[in-house]
Amino acid sequence: MYRYDEFDHDLVRERVAEFSDQVARRLSGELTEDQFKPLRLMNGVYLQLHAYMLRIAVPYGTLSSRQMRKLAHIARTYDRDYGHFTTRQNLQFHWAKLEEVPKILAELAEVEMHCIQTSGNCIRNISADHFAGASADEVIDPRPYAEILRQWSSLHPEFSLLPRKFKLALIGAPNDRAAIQVHDIGLEVKRNEAGELGFAVWVGGGQGRTPMIAKKVRDFLPEADLIAYMEAILRIYNQQGRRDNKFKARIKILVHEMGEAEMKAAIEKEFAAIDETNMVLPRDAVERIERYFAPPPFDTRFNGAPAFERARETDRDFASFVERNVHPHKMRGYAIATVSLKPIGGTPGDMTSAQMDAVAEIAEQYSFDEVRVSHEQNLVLPHVKLEDLPAVYAHLRGAQLATANYGLVTDIIACPGLDYCSLANARSIPIAQRLSERFADPARQRDIGDLKIKISGCINACGHHHVGHIGILGVDRKGEEFYQITLGGSGDETCSIGEIVGKGFSSAGVIDAVETIVDTYLRVRQSADENFLAAYRRVGEAPFQEALYAHAA
Amino acid sequence: MSAKSQNSDLPLVATANDLRTGAVVYRSPGGAWQRDIAHAEIAEGKDAAADLQQRAEADLAVRVADLALIPIIRDGAFVRPAALREIIRATGPTIELPPSSQLRL
Amino acid sequence: MPIFKGHGFTPDHWALAPDDAPLSGGRAVVSKVRFLAERDALTARNAPLGLILRSGESLDGLEDDLDRFQLIVLEIPKYTDGRAYSTARLLRERYKYTGELRASGDVLRDQIMFLHRVGFDSFEVTHEGTIAALRDGKIKLVRNHYQAAAREGEESAPGRRPWLRVSPRGVPGDALDMGIDGGGI
Repeated sequence: MYRYDEFDHDLVRERVAEFSDQVARRLSGELTEDQFKPLRLMNGVYLQLHAYMLRIAVPYGTLSSRQMRKLAHIARTYDRDYGHFTTRQNLQFHWAKLEEVPKILAELAEVEMHCIQTSGNCIRNISADHFAGASADEVIDPRPYAEILRQWSSLHPEFSLLPRKFKLALIGAPNDRAAIQVHDIGLEVKRNEAGELGFAVWVGGGQGRTPMIAKKVRDFLPEADLIAYMEAILRIYNQQGRRDNKFKARIKILVHEMGEAEMKAAIEKEFAAIDETNMVLPRDAVERIERYFAPPPFDTRFNGAPAFERARETDRDFASFVERNVHPHKMRGYAIATVSLKPIGGTPGDMTSAQMDAVAEIAEQYSFDEVRVSHEQNLVLPHVKLEDLPAVYAHLRGAQLATANYGLVTDIIACPGLDYCSLANARSIPIAQRLSERFADPARQRDIGDLKIKISGCINACGHHHVGHIGILGVDRKGEEFYQITLGGSGDETCSIGEIVGKGFSSAGVIDAVETIVDTYLRVRQSADENFLAAYRRVGEAPFQEALYAHAA
Repeated sequence: MSAKSQNSDLPLVATANDLRTGAVVYRSPGGAWQRDIAHAEIAEGKDAAADLQQRAEADLAVRVADLALIPIIRDGAFVRPAALREIIRATGPTIELPPSSQLRL
Repeated sequence: MPIFKGHGFTPDHWALAPDDAPLSGGRAVVSKVRFLAERDALTARNAPLGLILRSGESLDGLEDDLDRFQLIVLEIPKYTDGRAYSTARLLRERYKYTGELRASGDVLRDQIMFLHRVGFDSFEVTHEGTIAALRDGKIKLVRNHYQAAAREGEESAPGRRPWLRVSPRGVPGDALDMGIDGGGI
């Protein structure tokens, strides 16, 4: 993991002092709420329905045990003993007090964490593949570049007052686990034919009111040009992005209005004009960052994992956990384990302080002190020895964190919705909970197979409903909650935006509607190997529409 | 929001969030901002609403943030907000919170 | 309105010339429209010339004339409008503009460091709190930076990572050393 040096520590301390000063000026009345709002948002402080919400940056989703314990401590001391992991790999506390935020920031700074740019019209926390540095399919570890971009984008003097928020995501594997094509900029670290390091660059993806898939503007950007190229894109956006209408202010609209070819040309022209003297990213500097992300001291003498094999044969629950939540690691004898934050009937992404402490302990003992946050609102133990998996599973069970449902119908993404969020039009969490209960039977879940349900409580789409295999969008219809269903979305390398299947459903009806959709899939699939998305892409929406609406016509 | 226009003839109360803590508060007839909607000043009619709005706005400098006048429904001796959003603000999330969360209420 | 420049407030010696009024003999700040329309006459004048760019106006068409201006004013109509920050950096870094660069408008004290780093060296501020903070030197600033900007040469580079920069100390009320005194006055 990246570790702060004195420079980073000083910067964050100065930033805490600056924000503490801003809070004091607001509390004294020197700043009006209008003036304070952009300042507090730059520091991740929202005012929501019931309280302030503090959003803590988890850079590219990586946490150490020490950091996780600090989050648990903050939950216990300053909040209501729980926190909420988001689709941006961040953590939100929903009951923060403004007057205590400076103290929380000082506590976070002790463990090299902060809330800088977790909101506001600036470059947000950089997200990345949560399996980075561990996954068997990885070509290049994207984390060093994510860290370099984190630094470059932090308190950037030119790009802190953009037309709208700006999100970057990175991957270094052919399988896209970070949804890079629905980000403002998506980067895939790769090698070209000559073996040199660089990036494929996508621009202009996003969800929200107008979902769009990003356009690839470069197939190969040399590593050394990374910062200059990012500056070129951001400068065009800062100068030409629309500021007259916040619903049309994201870069996706600019790309759409300019057209792909013109946007590409504009980026290349600006990039060519940038004096790279102070912008070039030298290899030795990258190497210095890479050292922080060197593989942990794996045990390379793998002689089989008898305890693991025995447990898999004798313990059906453990076998299910392995089947669903354990993923291939690049190192023989190791595995990646997903810690599901989707217990049946629970709140997706929520975790108590006791659970945070438990995961910190497990990570320290069994995963080289590392935890990851996934954009699917789960946690990941990236480096677990196969032979230790039964013990890890037992500990997770003890903390009620062993739900074996990764990627299944109950592994639902949901934004906080109208239960917390001041932007929401409808509740998300109760829908997720009722769906989870409806499909609770493990055998039924396994029969249904891979199926991603994603729920947003408003058109901002924090719940990623546009890229859900089944997407659910809550709307307000004459004061009533109403839910629109989209089908066939996907946030992976085969990215697609879901299509609205028909008229929406009431809160009471939406659960039955989803069950009808799932049953229709089970009927039309060619075999159990054809998952929901594949079947939908083959048969289209007609059978689903007929099942949902035929009786009503 | 549509809920508001639908309920435009209903009486109103002033609600906001406490500036320091963020807690949901309602303005009482005496000018205090307190947690219980039952103790809120109720404005009936346009003039009373404008007057309440004006007095409440004076508190935006250092006492509260995110001020709104919200329609309410009188239910016998009880008062409840008309819109779901405001019901949730008045009574908390509609989902179960972890048992330990009550410790910090 | 007084201008903050260097280490304190000074009177403004410049006058903004309305587009439809004839220029008096002295120093004058003109709009982009007027400059482009009356370029030859304006550059032939024997008095210092300034330029004001309204929010959203680019440098297009002005590239070859920038060294004729002793002052360039970039308007910031609202503190959330970041366009002038890009224009400032382009002026300093790409076009090597060395005259006074003034931010005019709704500026919060929290933005002074960003404005400084992108190349502004004078401020015509409307916000009372910002004016007081500048006068009293009460601005809390982050001095460590993760990226090079328009202050190369002034800022030190600690060297551990090539992109690190540190702003100099020794400033009004331990606030901000505006460094260069700008041209024009």
